[in-house]
Amino acid sequence: MSARAEVVSQRDASVLVRGGLILLAVGYVAILVLAPLGGIVGATARAGWSNVTATLSLPDVRHAYWLTAVITVITVVSTTIFGVLTAWVLARHHFRGRGLLNALVDLPMAVSPVIVGLMCVLLFGRGGWFEAFFASRGIQVIFALPSMILVTIFICIPFVIREVLPVLHEIGVDEEEASKTLGASSLQTFVRVTLPSIRWGLLYGIALSTARALGEIGAVLIVSGSIQGRTETATLYILRAFEERQQPSAYLVALSLAAISIFLLVTIETLKKHKARRVSG
Amino acid sequence: MTEISDEQTRLSEAGRSPAIRVANLTKRFASFAAVDDVSFEAEEGKITALLGPSGSGKSTVLRILAGLEHADAGRIWIMGEQLDNRSVQERQLGFVFQHYALFRHMTVRQNIAFGLAVRKTSKAEQTKRVDELVGLVQLRGLEERYPDQLSGGQRQRVALARALAPRPKLLLLDEPFGALDARVRQELRKWLDQLHRELGITSLLVTHDQEEALELAHEVIVMNLGKVEQIGTSTEVYNDPATPFVAGFVGAANVIRGVVISGRVQFGEQFLGGAGHLDDGSFAHAYVRPHDVWVGRESRNGSSSPGRIERMTDLGWVTKLQVRLPDDQLVIADVPNDKLFGLQTGDAVFVDLRKAKVFEPPGTARSDELSVA
Repeated sequence: MSARAEVVSQRDASVLVRGGLILLAVGYVAILVLAPLGGIVGATARAGWSNVTATLSLPDVRHAYWLTAVITVITVVSTTIFGVLTAWVLARHHFRGRGLLNALVDLPMAVSPVIVGLMCVLLFGRGGWFEAFFASRGIQVIFALPSMILVTIFICIPFVIREVLPVLHEIGVDEEEASKTLGASSLQTFVRVTLPSIRWGLLYGIALSTARALGEIGAVLIVSGSIQGRTETATLYILRAFEERQQPSAYLVALSLAAISIFLLVTIETLKKHKARRVSG
Repeated sequence: MTEISDEQTRLSEAGRSPAIRVANLTKRFASFAAVDDVSFEAEEGKITALLGPSGSGKSTVLRILAGLEHADAGRIWIMGEQLDNRSVQERQLGFVFQHYALFRHMTVRQNIAFGLAVRKTSKAEQTKRVDELVGLVQLRGLEERYPDQLSGGQRQRVALARALAPRPKLLLLDEPFGALDARVRQELRKWLDQLHRELGITSLLVTHDQEEALELAHEVIVMNLGKVEQIGTSTEVYNDPATPFVAGFVGAANVIRGVVISGRVQFGEQFLGGAGHLDDGSFAHAYVRPHDVWVGRESRNGSSSPGRIERMTDLGWVTKLQVRLPDDQLVIADVPNDKLFGLQTGDAVFVDLRKAKVFEPPGTARSDELSVA
């Protein structure tokens, strides 16, 4: 009798533990992710439609969006192309210094964006190694678009590589070799065989890269000088609007950036699931 | 004048040149020679098997032929054409991989058509050829399936159809049935044999399965540790092994250890013939196949050895007998169940070791070198 009661109480305890853990995980994500998101949605909604039209008609805001778009597009295109290339080299070739390259790829994750900005200033700013070279050709790097793109690319380097590399390892070389024995050139093999195999990892890496480029602020703040209407990106605008007590505008722009990133990630997840159901793999 | 005669020699050679000719192929990985001075020829329209244990270098030879690996030394001719500097694509050889290597994001149809599509063959031609091959490999109705919706055997047949689609000069098969279970392997083996009879395409089959090699191949090249041990027909490598390795690897064999005395191998009080090629007093290993061991209650002739049955395992149609010889060596005999005549475990019997192949113990030559060093 008592033994049976013990068994029951043990089962109750395990149910309790399981329930507790689920609650903890849900609470953790809800409090840290959903609550702030809800807060910003609420604040923007309270500010009303007039805030939306007023904010979006500001020339500074429009310019900030435009600048963020330009930086993001260039960053994503280059980190995609060079990311796939680097992942390919790391996965398919063995060479001296491969381990070092592999470690270097993670560096941008480990270094604070502020430090990235400072390094860029040291290279291209007054008295920097490359300053004379670009100045003599009339190219303004610091406090201008080139440096802003440069630091954003630096920060976004790891995403595509880290998503694509494990997929390349997993699919192995069999299919690529088969393709070549069937007469396909290296380019045909890459386009017809490798690319379709890595496409989900690649898209996910691109989405992460996009989200990170949209949200970048630390490094850009340092190299851009944050000149209103000229080198002010969307995130820099949010910072200024907040400091100037124009909270509703800041919330709206912040929400729009978050929405784009979330939309991208959700779309890719959905596409992937849909495709997986159809092809089952 | 000499030029012409050279040309004539070349032409006459080409006229009877083998489909595949490999000369002195060597490939090293770091300090380890995966392929060590391998030479062989393979006849046109036949299946030739490269047989050996894993690590014997057989797959590396195949991959070098396909152009997937580069040899450090040696030359390759296929249909009389020297291939060493040709790229994988230019060689136009069909390759079938152990793990199928099907394009997982393509349907069966797209997989088979791949080799045609990359060569810019017309759509109509592609469809025609794919339909033809789907019929040939008996996969009609599965054209729109993806590889992961097929069984292992079906996948390998798709892989074969895909390799055959661009009409390759040669078919290279790398352990094609290695990833399949025994039953499917048997089925596919029979099927491949039939397919080969229909198509007559020159094929090189890499396998570690001696039964597969003996059943499918016209000629078998036995490899071990990167070297060729023997080249011959199935009958030759099975019945007349050239080296102790071949005797032990191709088919099961008992190894009887003894000493050579005037052309015979002495073990305990017993003798075995066939050691005329070895010096008196040297050690010898005699290889005897289990089905060549005769077991009976009475001595058949002077060379029968007494023994005692230690263990009997009934395999349905044949019984495996473990017989202990007087000098304590163990012999396995496969005796058909209708030839057992009531033998029991523990019975005292006579064994006759027939068709023994006697070799120097493996490594003898090397131990000499070592002692000199």
